[in-house]
Amino acid sequence: MTMGNDVILQTDGLTKYYGGVHALEDADFELRKGEHVAIVGDNGAGKSTFVRQITGVEQRTRGKIVFDGEEVNFEGPLEAREAGIETVFQNLALADDLDVPDNLFLGREIILFNLGPFSILDYKAMRKATQDALTKTAVKIPNIRNTIRNMSGGQRQCVAIARTATFHSKLTIMDEPTAALGVQETAQVENIIRTLKEQGEPLVLISHNMRQVFDLVDRIIVFRRGRIVANLLKEETDGQDVVAYITGAKTGAEYAENA
Amino acid sequence: MADTTTTHGVGGLSFDASKRHRPVELNVFIALVLIIAVFEMLGWLLISDSFLFNTRDRIDTLFNEARLKIIILQVSIVGIIAIGVTQVIITGGIDLSSGSIVGATAMIAMSFAQVAEVNGNPNPKAIFPELGWVDLPVIVPIVVALGCGLLAGAINGFFVAYTRIPPFIATLGMMVTARGVAKWWSKGRPISFPTESYSAIGEGLMPVIIFITLAIIFTLILKYTRYGKHCYAVGSNEDAARMSGINVEHHKLLVYTIAGTLAAVAAVVLSSKNLTAQAGMGVMYELDAIAMAVIGGVSLAGGRGSIIGTVIGALIFGVIISGFTFLKLDAYYQEMVKGGIIVGAVVLDQWRQRRQAIEA
Repeated sequence: MTMGNDVILQTDGLTKYYGGVHALEDADFELRKGEHVAIVGDNGAGKSTFVRQITGVEQRTRGKIVFDGEEVNFEGPLEAREAGIETVFQNLALADDLDVPDNLFLGREIILFNLGPFSILDYKAMRKATQDALTKTAVKIPNIRNTIRNMSGGQRQCVAIARTATFHSKLTIMDEPTAALGVQETAQVENIIRTLKEQGEPLVLISHNMRQVFDLVDRIIVFRRGRIVANLLKEETDGQDVVAYITGAKTGAEYAENA
Repeated sequence: MADTTTTHGVGGLSFDASKRHRPVELNVFIALVLIIAVFEMLGWLLISDSFLFNTRDRIDTLFNEARLKIIILQVSIVGIIAIGVTQVIITGGIDLSSGSIVGATAMIAMSFAQVAEVNGNPNPKAIFPELGWVDLPVIVPIVVALGCGLLAGAINGFFVAYTRIPPFIATLGMMVTARGVAKWWSKGRPISFPTESYSAIGEGLMPVIIFITLAIIFTLILKYTRYGKHCYAVGSNEDAARMSGINVEHHKLLVYTIAGTLAAVAAVVLSSKNLTAQAGMGVMYELDAIAMAVIGGVSLAGGRGSIIGTVIGALIFGVIISGFTFLKLDAYYQEMVKGGIIVGAVVLDQWRQRRQAIEA
């Protein structure tokens, strides 16, 4: 792989040990601007561990992370977010008792009048920006002033994803965004992902759903036992092939020494 | 199908705006009206008198104004505490220390509000006579009181936010400690004879005015400021709040500090109204304040409730106490019924949550 200016995220020898458990070992990964990449693998293969190191949820054992041309050491998910990495976690980070604009702007409210902690909120501007963001991502939510508690799982997921689109993040990471959703809701989330693609926003998608992976992404990375074992262009592979890599029946030529 | 009542939402979906959930505050208000109606009926049945309306010829008013005044006056002081407790509960916490903070703060503040002479003799109850700390301007005891409440609240907040011990335990510790301070301060003796300007604070309907003013201020703060939004966010989903960049620890520190300061305001008003401070002041106020909030629809699970609800909850409290006096029932029954109402309100809250979980 060549290192160019259009690389948004790169990891070099990214490694994470939990005590004696080698959850992630020597992961070399690269994502170009506008590219959508899927990470697949069995349970415990290291997918979520990989994401947690990038987003600063955990501190890596060793290795290098380069984001947007600079080496980064995020001390927490907040720093990663401020740098432009938006993550949609498996357990949705939404406040159930607040409505859609409140959730979209949680922690970065638009302020009408600055009084420190007692700053006056600009509800009108936040509602307007929410409408725009939802329209942009083609999210369908009947009433944005409804509380999250009263929404379906799909609508919740859409709100969580729309949040990433609102703030023009440089990179979006989704950890199994449709795992708990019904057919229609899954379709809605997938539509949002397509919209992100059209807008040229890069995405790392963790998914177990092969159909979804082949529908949505350009490239597929396979994890097995904490290591990357394959890096496949969508056009050059198929479902059976990917499953062979996941189960260990096959290993990519350039990763042979990993197996 | 004619859908003239629906409003168009985002993405082409429509919704029926009239089918929005009825706010909890409205239900609480209906409960208040019903309780008043029950007392009105019982009044005519049992003692042939009206609870709400004026039945005396000498006075020319529609309502029994004296009773209405008493209803709100007797809940105003605990109501001030309940405003702070409401904010604590919305963030998912609890504050058991407010009654003891009232006791300690009243004792300390009162000793800075004493007159030099009573009937020409030196004030027999003076705490600092040799230091000459008598006849001080009224601002001194007020600032001292607010400082005490702020400190006690900040200590609560510190332990809850930074040592991560459960709020129940942190504030239980403060409850016991502050009561100890109240008793130690004057070795158990009551402190009396405040200056005229200090006793003016709690005179007449002043407690009501202070209560309503604070209620309005904090209603606006919870609704329109970042602080208010973060209260609901932290109580609703603390992890989400943290992930969204809210400094949860900082926020909790602020919430408990505000609650402590409001308890101090109540202490000033109470000691001024009673013209004395005693170590036993404010016992059980914390539970009454929590009960007012819960009756007013503030969810103990956090994330839901409002100051308006708590104010209506306080009025329900006042109506019930007045109603029992009006029916000439023993004070013991009051306490028993009060206990039942508190449990009933929590049961209702649980039931509400379960029903919402099913609907969602």
